Amino acid sequence: MHDVTHAKQRRRDLILAAVFVALAACVPLFVKDVYVQNIMVLTLMYAGLSQSWNILGGYCGQISLGHALYFGLGAYVTAILLTKFDVLPWFGMIAGGLISALIALALGYPTFRLGGHYFAIATIVIAEIAYLLFLNWDWAGAALGIDIMVREDSWAKFQFTRSKLPYFYFALFFAAVAWLVTWWLENSKWGYWWRAVKDNPDAAESLGVVVFKSKMGAGAISAFLTAIGGAFYAMFVSYIDPESVMSFQFSLLISLPAVLGGIGTLWGPVLGAVVLIPVTELTRSFIGGSGRGVDLIVYGGLIVIVSLTRPDGLLGLFSRKRKKEAVR
Amino acid sequence: MTAETIIQSLASGLLMGLLYGLIAVGLSLIFGLMNIVNFAHGEFLMLAMYGAFFLFSFFALDPLLSMPLVAAGMFVFGAAIYLLIVRFAMRAKTNVGMVQIFATFGLAIVLRGLAQYFFTPDYRSISHSWLGGKTISIGGIFLPVPQLVGAGLAILAFGALYFFIKRTDFGRALEATREDAGAVALVGIDQNRVFALGWGLGSALVGLAGAIMATFFYIYPDVGASFALIAYVVVALGGFGSVFGAFAGGILVGLVEASTALIMPPSLKAVGIYAVYLLVVFIRPRGLFGSI
Repeated sequence: MHDVTHAKQRRRDLILAAVFVALAACVPLFVKDVYVQNIMVLTLMYAGLSQSWNILGGYCGQISLGHALYFGLGAYVTAILLTKFDVLPWFGMIAGGLISALIALALGYPTFRLGGHYFAIATIVIAEIAYLLFLNWDWAGAALGIDIMVREDSWAKFQFTRSKLPYFYFALFFAAVAWLVTWWLENSKWGYWWRAVKDNPDAAESLGVVVFKSKMGAGAISAFLTAIGGAFYAMFVSYIDPESVMSFQFSLLISLPAVLGGIGTLWGPVLGAVVLIPVTELTRSFIGGSGRGVDLIVYGGLIVIVSLTRPDGLLGLFSRKRKKEAVR
Repeated sequence: MTAETIIQSLASGLLMGLLYGLIAVGLSLIFGLMNIVNFAHGEFLMLAMYGAFFLFSFFALDPLLSMPLVAAGMFVFGAAIYLLIVRFAMRAKTNVGMVQIFATFGLAIVLRGLAQYFFTPDYRSISHSWLGGKTISIGGIFLPVPQLVGAGLAILAFGALYFFIKRTDFGRALEATREDAGAVALVGIDQNRVFALGWGLGSALVGLAGAIMATFFYIYPDVGASFALIAYVVVALGGFGSVFGAFAGGILVGLVEASTALIMPPSLKAVGIYAVYLLVVFIRPRGLFGSI
């Protein structure tokens, strides 16, 4: 009986996602304003990034505050390959993803043995080391960063001078893929282990090795997808420097939509991004200029309030309703 | 590189390290008490620095004099943060780790925003304090006076803290609560009160550090961020919850930072600290002196 409803729920999620993607794909037909389109691109990108973070931070419960490392690596590998070796960004994107996944595996081996806070701080520190190294690495542009010259409209080079639409559709594709990977992982062997470990930490001991391997897997997948997002961002803004792609601020930005929407849930990161990104972008442009720091106050306040009153995230508002309906 | 330069930088590294210990010990104390990492610790330092700055610019109070006031103010602030925010974060039934990390992270962002709003993002400094800008020479080694006084204060503060925890009733209540909070409640000690006072005490200690830091460091809304990371490293190196660990961790971090600056560009000096930190936690996941 339970299996039937579970399968039904999963099918419903998939249909819902397809509907959302179809609706989102139509939005640019009606919304022509470049500023709004820009916010939509960022929202989709953060939805995808946070979904990737959520695989490790939410489902596995390994709260990483250093995902800027993978994001930055994706951006840098793509930008360096393109500007120095004329490698098309599509290959750079994959290369950045693979390098990030390998680094995540290498780092996962020592860090996954660290408990709670020690793990979080180790991830901050590792990302900070990479940030400082890139800041001082002359060949990679050091603090000045890398300027990606945009000369023509080209899908091969993933550069567009006039329209933001291609970026929008790629960001939509990225968010959809990250969602789909999560959807698939949820029902996989690994997904069950993660849940078992979360529900009953003692079970983790008996599962020992397999759980460790599944965490390594989660780290690698999460890093790969995050780097794809970073590669996209590099092409989207066509200029990167360590501050804008590898600073701690970014690690926080990647994790927040999942935290606000509902950590360790399928829809949390999407909901979180849809709420958080427009709110922060709008506060920044309406009052950010004149009222210094107001955007930070709004956004920090939102985090405090949600984590204190809704530990399950905003998604909890929906699922509670859903449960009540089910009882009726 | 002469022997003199090496001794010179290790000496200033030692002084800075003692200050790092003082910045970090409050964080460690709070963690030991209730297993919570205050991710707004750097912002507490920032507020204390502004406190010293404004007392100096409005009332011409030298940071050395205003230090007790700043510490007292931070005591009240820390206890209030516990009562208003942290107390509720500890009640979470689900996603406990996430709630604890992000409640204080959100607070950090709010405090930074408030500082930008009310104090402006400008860099401030205390221009003519009693200590600022002075150096003394001991046996051919030049030491900056603010750091020297700060290091002396840090040693005093650590001594006082040790005495306080071992010898006073409240200190014993603090120790007992961290050993077994449930049993403590049974003997009639109000756990909430102990926690609030623990937050007050931890914040007062970072207040002391902030007042000294204000005499030789620029004061701006984001100043806490880099020191916060160093404080986490100090605490994690020494072992979360261990007061002696924070002291030793601070000295270690100061010395490592100074030695890294000798062999690498100054902008990379933090890399040495972070690398040593990773090495230690990979070998000893609970830090050097951690017991928990």
